[in-house]
Amino acid sequence: MATELGPTPVKEPASGGTPIHHGPKGVGEDNAIASQGKWAAWLLAPTIVALAIVIVYPIISAIVMSFQKDAGLDPVTGLFTEGGPAGLSNYTNWIFQQCAAPGGGTVACPPGTLGSQFWSATGTTFYFTIVTVTLETILGFWMAIIMARTFRGRSLVRAAVLVPWAIPTAVTAQLWLFIFAFEGIGNKLFNTTILWTGSENPARWAVIIADTWKTTPFMALLILAGLQMIPADVYEAAKVDGASAWQRFRMITLPLVKPALMVAILFRTLDALRMFDLPYILTEGSNNTTTLSILVVNQLRQGFNSAAALSTITFIIIFIVAFIFVRFLGANVVEQQTGAGKGKK
Amino acid sequence: MTAATELRAKQDRGRKVAQNREKWASVRTYVSAAVILFWCLAPAYWMVVTAFREVGYTYDTSLLPTHVTLDNFKTAFDTSFGNRFGQALLNSVFIGVTVTVISLVVGVFAAYALARLNFRFKYLVLGFILGASMFPGVALITPLFQLFTNIGWIGTYQALIIPNISFVLPLTVYTMTSFFREMPWELEEAARVDGCTQGQAFRRVIMPLAAPAIFTTAILAFISSWNEFLIASQLSNDATQPVTVAIANFAGAQPQQIPYTAIMAAGTIVTIPLVILVLIFQRKIVAGLTAGAVK
Repeated sequence: MATELGPTPVKEPASGGTPIHHGPKGVGEDNAIASQGKWAAWLLAPTIVALAIVIVYPIISAIVMSFQKDAGLDPVTGLFTEGGPAGLSNYTNWIFQQCAAPGGGTVACPPGTLGSQFWSATGTTFYFTIVTVTLETILGFWMAIIMARTFRGRSLVRAAVLVPWAIPTAVTAQLWLFIFAFEGIGNKLFNTTILWTGSENPARWAVIIADTWKTTPFMALLILAGLQMIPADVYEAAKVDGASAWQRFRMITLPLVKPALMVAILFRTLDALRMFDLPYILTEGSNNTTTLSILVVNQLRQGFNSAAALSTITFIIIFIVAFIFVRFLGANVVEQQTGAGKGKK
Repeated sequence: MTAATELRAKQDRGRKVAQNREKWASVRTYVSAAVILFWCLAPAYWMVVTAFREVGYTYDTSLLPTHVTLDNFKTAFDTSFGNRFGQALLNSVFIGVTVTVISLVVGVFAAYALARLNFRFKYLVLGFILGASMFPGVALITPLFQLFTNIGWIGTYQALIIPNISFVLPLTVYTMTSFFREMPWELEEAARVDGCTQGQAFRRVIMPLAAPAIFTTAILAFISSWNEFLIASQLSNDATQPVTVAIANFAGAQPQQIPYTAIMAAGTIVTIPLVILVLIFQRKIVAGLTAGAVK
């Protein structure tokens, strides 16, 4: 790592990382950090302010909205009612599937209403996430291992994997819709007569295949970058010691690539949990392909406040998953990012 | 047979087995590489082939180009069925460029601070920015939809640009941070020693070095704005819709018939410039994409 050359040069400890956390503190260092801190505050201010406006403000406003009643026609009196405080009713509407009943109180949401779809949408979202991330991890790992080898045409393969990544998801959805058309090339090639968007399993697999096609390259490139950090002599040493290919994979590749792999899986999981474009365009959410994101969008025009409650629930679910990854599965994004993990190199 | 010849024969056999194994390994590598190429390129190839196929042969499944025509590209820009693909292209370019420029101008300072300065709460700020980039767009859409409805911004460009900044800005900050961290900043000091002022050192030494990093970040930022669909699908109208929305809603002459050939032509137009750009800057792009995950 390059030696830091701030206004007052600050020597970094050899192990990497920042002196604030790891190094022994000198007297001059406090001053350096204080003056750099002032600079940093000015430099960071525009970004922090911009993100506060475009992210923090909407979150807070969504939470406030979620405790308000949606204005609308009262089902009993037929009169227009103003909103007013709703307590937790927007949340119970989704989680316990309780809809407002005529004449006050609540009843179980009748089938077909959006309120009744919360748990199925949650299930669909997790189904997509688990299946696609698993497939993408396995395929991506395999692609990365191939791309890490030296062979003629390697750069061609590395360029080719960027093609699906560069195609916009909306285009990907239309493309796979065409491939999966009844008379399309998909059925022709595999000699099947599947009505892909016509029933639950084919529809779900159409989305899964399209998503896997589109995002495996990203996974493969992240894993490849991790693989390239492993020094070749480690493998040589293991070979000399008589380790089999499988042993080398399990005892060297897997543990050494794990930090990069976990970050890749975390990124993809969070991305899959907010999946919207593909099922929205490819299957239009029919046949149990409605994800939480689609449900929020469907709710938008039927009442902001209830949609706000649902988007807050979605946000919390994603937050919990991210927390589990970072806390328990060792996906240390910040450490990777700040280079504190560099000592392991 | 003496012991020596026996040993040599054994060694020969061993070498042959090793050679064979290597040969097989290399064959397996090539077969795998071919499978990867097919998997990644075949669907894209099919899009391009269909884009150039006469509409009457939409479901022709011969693998090579047949009934080649340019009509679909004309149809893609045709506005008689209510499609406004040409307008949408301009919208996407305008939105993408604006979002990219704003994010770069704002983000470059933050990236410099995160890469070069030591300060308290650095980890907190980094965590916040990374968290922001993973933030689900769907959590923004409800409050923004209400806000923009109230102030009459639905169908304006700013209603599309502002939400895009929420995910493009964090992306640019953390990509540039890891690029900046890799830069040889000692040269700045060296230039100072050689008599440059701080400003000169920045202009003549740092700027040329940082330019490729900033350019790569700009491509990544533009692509992610170009691909945005969720927010645009709700907050745009016919006049401001970007290409992703136009392609998703592409209508044909008959409502029941999806005009696939024209859609594939539109998809090809949207994709080809990006693919060319990405392939030219392949190495840098991959470095930018994987920045932060492994550094």
